[in-house]
Amino acid sequence: MNVSDIRERISGMASRDPGLVLGVLAIIYLAYIVAGLVFGFALRGHLNSLANLTFYIGVFAMLALALNLHWGYTGLFNIGVVGFMGIGVYVTAIVSKPPVAQGGAAQVGGLGLPLGVGVVAGVLAAALFGLLVGLPALRLRADYLAIVTIAFSEIVRFTMMSRTFQTFTVPDTIDVAVFGVELFSFDPAADTVGLGGGGGLILNHLPPLGALLRWLHLWEPYLGFVGWVQANFIANNPKPVVDSLVYGIVLLIVVGLYYWLLTWTGESPFGRVLKAIREDEDVANALGKDTNRFKLKSFVLGCALMGLAGILWYSGRGSITPPSFRPNITFYVWIALIIGGAGSNTGSVLGGAVFAALLYEGPRYFKNLVEAAFNVGDGPGNFGQAMAAMGSLDPVPFFVYTLNSINQLRLVIMGLVLIWLMHNRPLGMLGHRKETAASIDLSRPEGTGTTDDAVAADGGEQQ
Amino acid sequence: MSEPTEESDEVTGESDGSTADADEVSERGTETSQDAAIPIEDVDLDSSTPLEVDGLRKTFGGITAVDGVSFEVERGSLTGLIGPNGAGKSTTFNLITGMHEPDDGTVRFDGEDVTGLAPHEIANRGLARTFQIARELEEMTVLENMMLAPKGQIGESLWRSVTPGFRDDVQRQETEQLERVWEVLDFFEIDHLAEEYAGNLSGGQRKLLEMARALLTDPEMLLLDEPFAGVNPSLEKRLLEHIHELREEGYTFLIVEHDMDLIMNNCERVIVMHQGRVLKDGTPAEVKESEDVIEAYLGGEV
Repeated sequence: MNVSDIRERISGMASRDPGLVLGVLAIIYLAYIVAGLVFGFALRGHLNSLANLTFYIGVFAMLALALNLHWGYTGLFNIGVVGFMGIGVYVTAIVSKPPVAQGGAAQVGGLGLPLGVGVVAGVLAAALFGLLVGLPALRLRADYLAIVTIAFSEIVRFTMMSRTFQTFTVPDTIDVAVFGVELFSFDPAADTVGLGGGGGLILNHLPPLGALLRWLHLWEPYLGFVGWVQANFIANNPKPVVDSLVYGIVLLIVVGLYYWLLTWTGESPFGRVLKAIREDEDVANALGKDTNRFKLKSFVLGCALMGLAGILWYSGRGSITPPSFRPNITFYVWIALIIGGAGSNTGSVLGGAVFAALLYEGPRYFKNLVEAAFNVGDGPGNFGQAMAAMGSLDPVPFFVYTLNSINQLRLVIMGLVLIWLMHNRPLGMLGHRKETAASIDLSRPEGTGTTDDAVAADGGEQQ
Repeated sequence: MSEPTEESDEVTGESDGSTADADEVSERGTETSQDAAIPIEDVDLDSSTPLEVDGLRKTFGGITAVDGVSFEVERGSLTGLIGPNGAGKSTTFNLITGMHEPDDGTVRFDGEDVTGLAPHEIANRGLARTFQIARELEEMTVLENMMLAPKGQIGESLWRSVTPGFRDDVQRQETEQLERVWEVLDFFEIDHLAEEYAGNLSGGQRKLLEMARALLTDPEMLLLDEPFAGVNPSLEKRLLEHIHELREEGYTFLIVEHDMDLIMNNCERVIVMHQGRVLKDGTPAEVKESEDVIEAYLGGEV
């Protein structure tokens, strides 16, 4: 087997999307595992970092897919992704938190409904706000949509922080009356609800994994599995590790569902109209398509998916605070989409995975690896001290300082990667691919017409 | 098909068509044109006027682009709309197809008032258009471009396209549609380009694609905005053949064109516009002899 054979094989595999995605994921995981082994991670740390990786691959793939529907398919320049995530998370929290406030006077309760109800409410709320934003903004030109969406996402964040919405007291009885006729009155379970202000909300509802497994009646078997892991692999409290690993797998399954939904959306007459709007809205209009409706549907669906991704990202945490919903998350999602290639669903998944593995988790993982392998100790406190040691030809303090600043450096690396991409691969990994927008194969049906007179005498030259 | 309607407004406007030929005269029931001796005929649906434009006016800032334009297009005819640059031809097109909203005047299609309707609503009534500069959807293949056009695609509803079971119906309809798409591709002889991105087509091929795409919306009438601009002579000939063939099948055409000779040789009726007004409306022979037209094309203030 020579080189060209191998190349052919690889490109043959790469032409099949599941193969391509699985291949890239395999490379990523292999790199993480090998690096962990080389640097001598303990099993627990190893599994933890893999769970973390899976988690971020999952959420970024979901978000990139949803954004791809907006930007890649419909050409809607949405830079308010995080706003819709935030709405999803907060509404879920309010609906599902137990009624009794915990954690001090500043904390509020919730409606105490099951988490499943909360998730549905959160997704619907994100969709509803998508509708509210989209109705006026989608009639504007693309750049105005960008302004409206980023402003909206900041309004959402400031609303979360606002004292005005911090806490509301729920009346003891609520009378529901229509035209003066009292229908019923009820005693709501909640005492206080609200957005919690700058302190955020404590998420004292069930974690999403627990809720899901209980709903599927898999909770007992799951606990059994954890016990088995404890007996055989990790003696000391394995549940958090197993939890996050299993949750990562759940997220990947959700990515699969997103992918399926959006592929069917794209590969349909509906997706074809979206693509046409992206290319030239006037043409779509002149062909009798009510483009405003299509744009609105696409926008609302994408917002709902962003809401769900936000819920799956944050609801498993102990608490949420407004600073988590700053616009940088939006731009991370954009970078993921650009890496993968806007317009391709497969590219979006790849972009999400590569972004999460290399740019988002990669630097932190590298830091953990180095710290696990070498006893680096405390680094210098500021840049001056780091550089001063260089003067005496000792680079170690500088390296340690760099390592400790890895979270800040991450942004620098992202910027560099973006610049490189714009110069060399502006269409991303899979940007210029034909993902034909039709539910069927469009090649010439059997037994119609002729294919032999292929060259028509049109005389036009190819551009 | 609508009944021919009574027009309360007379056809006014700047038409100098005092010598309008009886052959291409309208039959709109009761009215007679102000200064044209149009015989009133018994109305036959097949010969009714699908498009009636009355007193259209549009200003952009201080510029009056279209200034009280009125004309009719006969069913099954090939009508040319010519005029020098800036005469308001394209604006008139945009007003008819809903891209612009007129400041004044009405557009009637098949007897129904369609003035100010959205472009997609007008397109759905059977009035298809092409653009002056071919506007293909570049990053979509020729096939995707073509598949986009047909009306009444059930798969354009999102839930149907993503719901198992219902998607089968979508696929069935798309399969039927695909056959017609390939027929039209064959007809325009661009089937060899089917898998190509539309953006890779040459200027002339784009014109063909655009017309093919407009045809797939199943229109009654096609408005072609400079279909021959930037098209080489052999392709121009082919395009013309297609247009004549389609006209024989019963399609109605209104063509905006710069090239006087081309229009004179192919259209049975010519409307000449100048400075936002209709300067002359008649047969090619009449138009050729009109002093006003010669003036507008060869000199005079623009």
